[in-house]
Amino acid sequence: MLLITCPWCGPRAESEFTCGGEADIARPLHPETLTDEAWGEYLFMRRNTRGLHREQWYHSFGCRRWFVVERDTVTYEVRAVDGPTPAAGSAR
Amino acid sequence: MSRYSIFTLVRNALSYHEGWERAWRSPQPKREYDVVIVGGGGHGLATAYYLAKEHGVRNVAVLEKGWLGGGNTARNTTIVRSNYLWDESARLYEKSLRLFETLSQELNYNVMFSQRGVMNLAHTLQEVRDTERRINANHLNGIDAELLTPEQVKEIVPIINLKSRYPVLGASFQRRGGVARHDAVAWGFARAADAYGVDIIQNCPVTGIRREGGAVSGVDTPKGYIKAKKVGVVAAGHSSVIASMAGIRLPLESRPLQALVSEPLKPVLNTVVMSNAVHAYISQADKGDLVIGAGTDQYNGYGQRGSFQVIEHALQAVVELFPVFSRVRMNRQWAGIVDIAPDACPIISRTHVRGLYFNCGWGTGGFKATPGSGWVFAHTLARDEPHALNAPFSLDRFCSGHLIDEHGAAGVAH
Repeated sequence: MLLITCPWCGPRAESEFTCGGEADIARPLHPETLTDEAWGEYLFMRRNTRGLHREQWYHSFGCRRWFVVERDTVTYEVRAVDGPTPAAGSAR
Repeated sequence: MSRYSIFTLVRNALSYHEGWERAWRSPQPKREYDVVIVGGGGHGLATAYYLAKEHGVRNVAVLEKGWLGGGNTARNTTIVRSNYLWDESARLYEKSLRLFETLSQELNYNVMFSQRGVMNLAHTLQEVRDTERRINANHLNGIDAELLTPEQVKEIVPIINLKSRYPVLGASFQRRGGVARHDAVAWGFARAADAYGVDIIQNCPVTGIRREGGAVSGVDTPKGYIKAKKVGVVAAGHSSVIASMAGIRLPLESRPLQALVSEPLKPVLNTVVMSNAVHAYISQADKGDLVIGAGTDQYNGYGQRGSFQVIEHALQAVVELFPVFSRVRMNRQWAGIVDIAPDACPIISRTHVRGLYFNCGWGTGGFKATPGSGWVFAHTLARDEPHALNAPFSLDRFCSGHLIDEHGAAGVAH
């Protein structure tokens, strides 16, 4: 189980959190102007990084706030925790 | 390759089993191949076998970064079934199940396919209705499926607790489903492919994919550059990593999927029991271990291990359904890295790089598809176009929007 340091609540067990997937994916402002490829790219394509990965987490059984975690997907080490990004909150 | 039979067994017994020949060679890679397959798991080896057998393409190499079948092929819960809801999936998995039915004879290798039935429990009224719908859909696709009452469930699995926290209200039962020995499937395909002249090269990771003028030209490995007219990538959890070498993005996320086995017990469970609602699936291996599948972790990971609460959750459900297992001790626990597509369906497809093909996205349920996946991918590689069975599973569905949404029907339990 991961130990994640919530920026507001401090270190808590992973089971208090919900993972919201890859961070920094901004919803296009004008979807109606996009091609199908570009829309599919936004909806479905992912980096799926092996190594350092920026991802969104939600403290669902705590302060219920979103934040960004930088985590190594091989060692699972949590490197850094940032506050919310503009894309946060739109996931899931 | 000498055929395995009762006679070779007796002959080798007389020489204390010291005279068996190796099941496959360990060759050095040639400079050039017609087809290079990246990934020596079950799917990759099956692809090589069917390329040689069905399409006469025998100048083939399978490059495996570790050892044969050491990834997800060795890490699944060995369940084989084809009772999928949607037509596209049902046809693909049924093709695979049919190949499984004659696989031991075809490969001359005992894959220990045991059609002991697969039972999918329903715990709510809605789930019973969904199960009825899926059974009807299966019948329309020529796939065997039965609806069981709770009493019939109890008759087949006497140790089940019907009045659990989420009571068992019914089940679907596919009698032709069952389990197979996962390692044997990989070894059988490896041996049969090798006999056709396919080079199986272990400890040989692909570190780069070279392209010339929009077409693939070969792969870089620690054993040198290998030229290839076509490259088929069957790398499961590492598909995105290989794809990025060719500048391709895939709609995949790789996550740990955990499973565990218990100490060996006397025969107590003679079928496969799966439950989507409480998320547990369990069967008993031929040597007596209970084989239990847990869920995927919520985060991306390549570490082949997952978080404890996931297996805890699966075991809570198993113990609730089978109180008799409450004091069984678990022997081993592990994770495989599964590549999950947004619709929980595979991608068996050409790409915008000519000669580069991907077979990935099998997510949490790829083992059952091993022969079928290899069969359709071999067709796709040899003819440069998909077979009718895998045409719906191409990469462009993530642009057209024609997803095959098996998440509700099969995304959890495999």
